[in-house]
Amino acid sequence: MIEHRPFLNFLTHLVLIFGVALVVLPVWVAFVASTHTATDFSSGIIPMWPGPYLVENYTQMLDTGVSTSGTPPVGRMMLNSLIMALAIALGKIAISVTSAFAIVYFRFPLRNFAFWCIFVTLMLPVEVRIVPTFKVVADLGMLNSYAGLSIPLIASATATFLFRQVFLTMPDELVEAARIDGAGPMKFFRDILLPLSRTNIAALFVILFIYGWNQYLWPLLITTDAQYYTIVAGIKRMADAVDGLPQWHLVMATAVMAMLPPVAVVIFMQRLFVKGLIETEK
Amino acid sequence: MMKRTIFSNQLLPWLLLAPQLAITFIFFIWPAAQAVWQSFLREDAFGIRSTFVWFENYERLWQSAEYLNSIQVTVVFAVAVTVLSMGLSLLLAVAVDRTIRSARAYTTLLVWPYAVAPAVAGILWWFIFNPTIGILPYVLEQFGYDWNHITNPDQAMALVVIASAWKQISYNFLFFVAGLQAIPGSLREAAAIDGAGPVKRFFTITFPLLSPTTFFLMVVNIVYAMFETFAVIDSTTEGGPAQATNIMVYKVYFDGFVGQNMGSSGAQSVILMMIVIALTVIQFRWIEKKVEY
Repeated sequence: MIEHRPFLNFLTHLVLIFGVALVVLPVWVAFVASTHTATDFSSGIIPMWPGPYLVENYTQMLDTGVSTSGTPPVGRMMLNSLIMALAIALGKIAISVTSAFAIVYFRFPLRNFAFWCIFVTLMLPVEVRIVPTFKVVADLGMLNSYAGLSIPLIASATATFLFRQVFLTMPDELVEAARIDGAGPMKFFRDILLPLSRTNIAALFVILFIYGWNQYLWPLLITTDAQYYTIVAGIKRMADAVDGLPQWHLVMATAVMAMLPPVAVVIFMQRLFVKGLIETEK
Repeated sequence: MMKRTIFSNQLLPWLLLAPQLAITFIFFIWPAAQAVWQSFLREDAFGIRSTFVWFENYERLWQSAEYLNSIQVTVVFAVAVTVLSMGLSLLLAVAVDRTIRSARAYTTLLVWPYAVAPAVAGILWWFIFNPTIGILPYVLEQFGYDWNHITNPDQAMALVVIASAWKQISYNFLFFVAGLQAIPGSLREAAAIDGAGPVKRFFTITFPLLSPTTFFLMVVNIVYAMFETFAVIDSTTEGGPAQATNIMVYKVYFDGFVGQNMGSSGAQSVILMMIVIALTVIQFRWIEKKVEY
């Protein structure tokens, strides 16, 4: 509908510009802070425009980090985060797509029971059962390992439901045709089902990558060896350590680097991101 | 729903389900059962022996001023985050829905905070509100308002609410935009022809038709505020000052790991699980309803 209301148009853009400013403000302040030195803050008020230390601060953090904080260089933490995010995203997709295939295309005893077991994971977020889950992982000797960082988080009811939904909408004739041509279930799965779900898998991957990268409580608890710190969890340790001596410019440089990969994913894969977001909540 | 044509293998589906079921059992169901069991036990001061005490841990919780405070803090926090974040998102979504040429550009500029980790969002706002060098306390000081969230409980609460709501704006925004686009344009056009102005159209047509989206987002936001904001709290106030931001999920962690009080932490876990289960059921009820009409 097109309406000629100049004042309302003006107001609309005003609201939106205000909204964008509100959303950008904290990140802009962090970015500006990350381009200065510690002495620039001692005057009492942080500057609003970037300073000349951008390259210096970022290379220092990437290569060496803050030695007094006990955290490894940011480069190392980002690598750990990347490994964790990829393992979680790919792991969740792999086990969910096979589970959904089993539930939709087979009929077997206890099928509903299996479905409910998976459904239960929705009701038990890690924050709620954190103490006993930590104990299980400790007993299994998975503390301070990539397996410990990722495997306990890769069960996924939402991903299973999503693939179930996708499979249910696929025409039955596909299975019939595959059967007539003599294809077994695994061949059908690999050659027909997976290729047809390609965009759903990609959209889900975007969402799960962000989910994995942004994990906080879990990596914070199960990594005591600095070599396995992830960047999102490491930032808190760093902030705690430098609070006494104000090295906020370095903490903010780390914060900017911690949000860069997932934000880039959202901006450059916006279409897939929106699809994944809306689909997983259906 | 079932497929008409299916494969007849009996072993294969179990093999396909095995990884998911194994992880669910080991890392979800088993620990949850442990939490339930723990909630009925009481350890002695050295953590050597534990005795079965029935519901004593729960009774203690209901008598603990700290726990009752934590419930109250959680309610205030969840309502504040939900209202603030959804209000702003709805305003922005309605605005974007009105623009024609620039909608895409604005959307791109508004959606990316979804990707910022709650912990990082907390750190960013913590820095902006830093009493000594932060930009906002400086601005507030010009108006004669003294900001120090490290000692002032209300300001600490405001800080974690702002940080948590900020992170959730883009999520709500996307769902509101999708909801607005699903409303048939002809309805609003008809109202416009009948002489209804934009404000009247919003309150009599758009907002009522948006209510399924609003309800869905309300549940999602409450779940977000109750559970996923753990990182915001931990990276900023750590529950303080004076328990002012000690939401229930933070207290479970704190009592379990720092206080080493397993029985109490277990009982709190069980209470939280019941809340999640209730919220999940409400959410699924809603989805079933949506499918019907």
